[in-house]
Amino acid sequence: MKLVQWVTIIVSVGILTGINYLLEENINPYVIRVVVNCGIGMILAMSLNLVNGCAGQFSLGHAGFMGVGAYTSAAITTVLALSPFFKTDMGVGCAIVIGGLAAALAGYLVGLPSLRLKGDYLAIVTLGFGEIIRIIFLNIEEVGGARGLPGIPPKANFFWVYLWVVITFVALLRLLRSSYGRAILSVRENEIAAESMGINVARYKVVAFVISSFFAGIAGGLFAHFQSFIDPNSFVFNKSVEAVIMVVIGGMGSLSGAILGGIIVTVLPELLRIFEQYRMVIFPLILIVLMLVRPMGLLGHKEIWELFRKKASS
Amino acid sequence: MTTLSVKTVFRLGLMVGIFITLFNTGCVKKEGATSGASSNIASGNEILVGEYGSMTGSESTFGVSTHKGILMALDEVNKAGGVNGKKLVLKSYDDQGQAAEAVTIITKLISQDKVSLILGEVASSRSIAAGAIAQQYKIPMVSPSSTNPKVTQVGDYIFRVCFIDPFQGSVMARFAINNLKLKRAAVFRDIKADYSVGLANFFVEEYKKMGGEIVADVSYASGDMDFKSQLTSIKGKNPDVLFIPGYYTEVGLVARQARELGLKAVLLGGDGWDSEKLTEIGGDAVVGGYFSNHYSHEDQSPVVQNFVAQFKSRYGEIPSGLAAQGYDAAMVAVGAMKRASELSPKAFREAIAQTKNFQGVTGMITINEERNAVKPAVVLKVVGRQKFSYITTINP
Amino acid sequence: MLQAFLQNIINGMAQGSVYALVALGYTMVYGVLQFINFAHSDIFMLGAFGGFFLAKWLSPFISNPLILLMAVVIGSMAFCVAVGLTIERIAYRPLRTAPRLNVLITAIGVSLFLENFGQIIFGADPQVFPSLISTHSLLEGEGLVLNNIQLTVVVVSVLLMLILHWIVRHTKLGIAMRAVSFDIEVANLMGIPTDTIILFTFTIGSSLAGAASILYGLSYPKIEPLLGMMIGLKAFVAAVFGGIGSIMGAAVGGIVLGLAESFTVYYVSSTFRDAIAFGILILILLFRPAGLFGTFRREKV
Repeated sequence: MKLVQWVTIIVSVGILTGINYLLEENINPYVIRVVVNCGIGMILAMSLNLVNGCAGQFSLGHAGFMGVGAYTSAAITTVLALSPFFKTDMGVGCAIVIGGLAAALAGYLVGLPSLRLKGDYLAIVTLGFGEIIRIIFLNIEEVGGARGLPGIPPKANFFWVYLWVVITFVALLRLLRSSYGRAILSVRENEIAAESMGINVARYKVVAFVISSFFAGIAGGLFAHFQSFIDPNSFVFNKSVEAVIMVVIGGMGSLSGAILGGIIVTVLPELLRIFEQYRMVIFPLILIVLMLVRPMGLLGHKEIWELFRKKASS
Repeated sequence: MTTLSVKTVFRLGLMVGIFITLFNTGCVKKEGATSGASSNIASGNEILVGEYGSMTGSESTFGVSTHKGILMALDEVNKAGGVNGKKLVLKSYDDQGQAAEAVTIITKLISQDKVSLILGEVASSRSIAAGAIAQQYKIPMVSPSSTNPKVTQVGDYIFRVCFIDPFQGSVMARFAINNLKLKRAAVFRDIKADYSVGLANFFVEEYKKMGGEIVADVSYASGDMDFKSQLTSIKGKNPDVLFIPGYYTEVGLVARQARELGLKAVLLGGDGWDSEKLTEIGGDAVVGGYFSNHYSHEDQSPVVQNFVAQFKSRYGEIPSGLAAQGYDAAMVAVGAMKRASELSPKAFREAIAQTKNFQGVTGMITINEERNAVKPAVVLKVVGRQKFSYITTINP
Repeated sequence: MLQAFLQNIINGMAQGSVYALVALGYTMVYGVLQFINFAHSDIFMLGAFGGFFLAKWLSPFISNPLILLMAVVIGSMAFCVAVGLTIERIAYRPLRTAPRLNVLITAIGVSLFLENFGQIIFGADPQVFPSLISTHSLLEGEGLVLNNIQLTVVVVSVLLMLILHWIVRHTKLGIAMRAVSFDIEVANLMGIPTDTIILFTFTIGSSLAGAASILYGLSYPKIEPLLGMMIGLKAFVAAVFGGIGSIMGAAVGGIVLGLAESFTVYYVSSTFRDAIAFGILILILLFRPAGLFGTFRREKV
């Protein structure tokens, strides 16, 4: 671990604490809510980006993994409530990590067989998985069934969510710059060429998928402990589509693009509220136009700082 | 692959752990620091009322119906001079049938728009989720038609103007056994709707308690259109009555397919049946069925007749049960505002809690200790196209 | 017991035929362009509403129910074709050379647009599809129930599939379609007007969706702007199950899915009905990734 990264983390945690303090003191709760939702969106987008953008696969069931994380962590802090520890900040933090691990396990189980297939099949299997997971939640009376699970300790505030945004960002950035990351990128660029270079394509796909599911589960856990209420309806197919849109808008394969996408997809519908029911028509229109005009997304494969670097050199 | 060794992961985890403990001491959340309600006191010439509901998405029918009722109620009040000379202004947002959206927009209603009272939602799940926020900021919320008992347990600022599932479920069980004298029932519930599941559970409980037998208990999911397999299995059990506590959007199709399969059982249902679309979709198949409801639109009392006539002239359709509930929720809220000692959310809350014998479209409404409406249910019989005739009233 | 078994077969067949007809649209577009046309289910929805309004406007002028039905079916098919071609022209054609993922996302965008737009113009409340032909039972007294609409649905579906099969297998157009499906660039080099062939593929797929939507409206007379969502997903599952790209596969996949749902609901449990469809899908992908009738092409350098 380089000194720079230590410093980055220390500084960002410090800044987060500061902002958190300021926010809770002065800012309109609605704005805080949107800002925190942005953070959850960012984690979701960055994690999906690893599969859809970097590994070149196509997952359409991200909401399912988010749901696994959300329900697992919420079950730990409410229904099971093994000890009062799970009502504290640290306990909730642990529960969220466990939720992430559960999602990663689910990702492994889904990914292992289906990632051996090519292309759209993963999309279909993950789509199916997302639906199955939702139906299972719907049928478990212990976690509320269709009524949902209320009373989840609302511990995930700005600080926690953005701490995870930083962790996700640093972890994924380091991953992509490692030999693992290079291997994952090579799978996207040309599977056959990668395979002939001795890269175990299926294995790297599964690695990417499991890590992606882990962070989706984290996003789910944060979502549950921020909303303090979840129901199966929170993890429908449209939610998965929303995550895909975030990645696509920002730019496939770009981490900073995913962050940008997370912000846009969360904030835009809020801004469009003045159009009432028409906003849900405007949103897909933007998506279509973007695909036609700038199919690589706003940032393309590049990171935001690379754009500036290029400008400076030219 | 050195960069992702176990050691690195461990070190990263350790470091994060240290920082969390270090910095977390610095951001202790102050409990109860959120008293934004004080600024939501109505000033100027307007009182802001918030509404959230599913105006789009798969449950939009219910949100839109309720919205129509609320809108009509507020216009009526404004035409008659408003509350203490102040006009009521409705701020209404769409939650797309999503709990997370409901939570976001109720926060917006409270902290940005500064509404002093909130009306909504139909689905209990969203009322529970958003109700927690209303409770946190101490803004009274009146739900028109969330029937799950847990809704008002969220806190002392959450009310409802409808009866709750345990009562409604028992109404139809009692009706089936006492009035129809039928003791073999099959239940066909909508697993996707909390309303339907709750109603079915309480029906089963009461029906068994009264000596009836549940011969089949199967489910569908709202949005389905083919129910023949489930109905075939119900038919095999040969029940006397079939309880379908769903919404009219599916019940019409269920009834039609049940009759096509030759299922002869008497159909029973809850207030979700109340819409003119029920008989349009179901045709003759639903005729002869009974359902519990808040009121009968053929009730000759002037309140009901006036409401139905106005609704018809405004929207060109017979009001559904949800529209009537929306209207009543708004009217109970307005009644409380008029009685309140001052125009503040706190005073509104006190006044709503004291609502007694309020003559609403859906019956006499008295708010009890648990902040639920205590009112009788009526049982209606479907006698023809868009014709529901009154059979009996069952008291709590 | 036997009676219930047969009844379930009838129920499953009728339901499965509708899946199959919609599945054909998915499978044809996938076969030629290798992308999932998510908007197909919404073209189906628009077809149902098109038929609904046509029946409403035409019924005062045409008294013969059979002619009215034919007019509604043809009108709805024409409407679906118009919508399908417009979508292809505006949203898909400019992306012909773009990565497949982009086309897929555009398709999702179009689908969301149609659904949300449909909610605004058709309203939230479901509409009631007029019963153009009166329902009567065909098997009275046997303990089994089969009505004329169920029979019509099955017969019409089978008929349309046979016609389609003939077009693809035995006409010049079909050969061209298969060529484009095999390799679009080579087909282009061989002088096949690929754009025209793709338009034709969309024409067939959309017109089938139109026909299916009327059959659907007749059997389940409740239509709403979101009705395409679930049926689209199921039909898609059926297409993959049978082997996406294969017409036979879509037909068999649809029927098998209909039967499987019907039997699981009856013999196992009704709560997991939708999970069953997707569970079957995952299983078949694991053991036979190309589906029942598909051929799995291994990619080479």
